[in-house]
Order: sequence, then structure tokens, then C-alpha cells
Amino acid sequence: MASGDRFCSRRRALQLAFAASAGLILAPRFALADANAVADEIKKLYGDKKATDGKIKLDVPQIAENGLVVPVSIDVESPMSADDYVKAVHVFADGNPLPQVFSFRFTPECGKASASTRMRLAQTQNILCIAEMSNGTLYSAKAEVKVTIGGCGG
Amino acid sequence: MATTSVPRVRVPAQAKAGDIIEIKTLISHDMESGQRKAADGKTIPRQIINKFSATFNGKTVFEADWYTSISANPYQSFFYKVKETGEFKFVWKDDNGSEYTAASKLTVA
Repeated sequence: MASGDRFCSRRRALQLAFAASAGLILAPRFALADANAVADEIKKLYGDKKATDGKIKLDVPQIAENGLVVPVSIDVESPMSADDYVKAVHVFADGNPLPQVFSFRFTPECGKASASTRMRLAQTQNILCIAEMSNGTLYSAKAEVKVTIGGCGG
Repeated sequence: MATTSVPRVRVPAQAKAGDIIEIKTLISHDMESGQRKAADGKTIPRQIINKFSATFNGKTVFEADWYTSISANPYQSFFYKVKETGEFKFVWKDDNGSEYTAASKLTVA
């Protein structure tokens, strides 16, 4: 049907035009990190050592309305005894101007490897978490946060 | 900073030995990221709190390195396994070299 096709293509054109203008408005005005920058930071800390999935509960909202204040909690499975505990936990955001968010250092005194804080997110992006155990093993976890209003002031 | 940073800490006053208690801290600070520009186009220099640490009776319990992605008025919570009566000391280190401190007592019932 010719008329139907024309309608579809006009709708498609409108969609494209809208997407393009939205892209212009939302285009970030600062250089952002990417997954490679995060990988570089992890390399700086641990070299080529591989991290396996698991043990970490990374608690972030799926949708953050305000990128300026995004709660983030981590909880790593561990007995937290003197010879088996979580040494450090690092969190990275691959879509922020700088990839590092925080590094927590735990001790057996903590009782459990759990902590929370709040972070800024410039845009929708992946959050990567790396945990280092006292014996040197690494674990990782990943989560995506959709950000409605970016938190970089622009 | 327009105002001085004021730390606030919540620690249970009493606990039993072996309990795992949650400690919540909050400090007022702009956490200026160094990414923002002032009206004249100049970048506002970075000034954040880059380190938080908690000790109990002089022994390190928990430390956090904060980067520019941490929100203004940074909140931090963590846990502690109660052993004995004593005092927590909390220290926040600012980029400008100053330190903000807080302390609170814990009594083992």
C-alpha cells in the first residue's frame, strides 16, 4: 500500500529528526571516560590478574532520577576473620569524566564487608566493582544505572 | 567552601560484645569536582575530601578513598564487630590539607 508506506516513512523521518535534535541537546560538554579507561585503572591496581564473577552484591538503583545523588552499597561474602577477609573494594563508573568512584579498605574489625555511600553519575552507564580478598583473589560485579538527569553540573 | 565542614556520626551508644553494628557518617562539603565552570568560563578548581578513615581505640577499622564522583555532602556507612568499650575516631582529609574529625564512645554492656 503506497499511502501506508509514505505514512511510515514520514513517521520514521520524524523519529530520526527528533533523535538527532535530542542528541544535540544531550551531548555531553566534557570528555567522558569509557570502558577502556576503567580497564586501565584496574590494570594500574592489579596488572593482568583476572577477576571472576560472584561474591559481591552491588546494590545500585536501576533508574536514578537524579544523577547527583545515587546511592551505592556493596556487600561482599566473606567470613571476615583474621586470615580470610576482604581487603579492598573499588568501584568505577565508565561514563563519568573520571572513572574512579571510591576505594574502600576493610579490616577484620569490620565484622562484615559491607558499606554504602552516594555517587554522582553524568549519564546512563555501567558500574563496575572489583573486590580484593586477603589471599589476593579478585572478584567483580557489574550493574547498569539509567540516569534521568546527569550529575555533572555541566 | 562557603562554610566549614561539619561532620555528623551515628554510632549506637551501647552494644554487646560480638554484635555487628552499623556506623553512619555524614559531612557537609561541596565536593567541588573540578569539572564545573564558573560564569566567566574559568574552571572551578577541584576541592574534595579525598580520604575518610575510622579507627577504634587507635586501630584502623575502615578506610575509604573518595574521588570526584562522590556526591556533595558525602555519606559513608560501614560495620564494626564489637569487642570492647572504647572510642571511635573519624577523620576526613580535604584536598586543601585540612582535616575534619569526630569521635564517639561505645560502651559494651
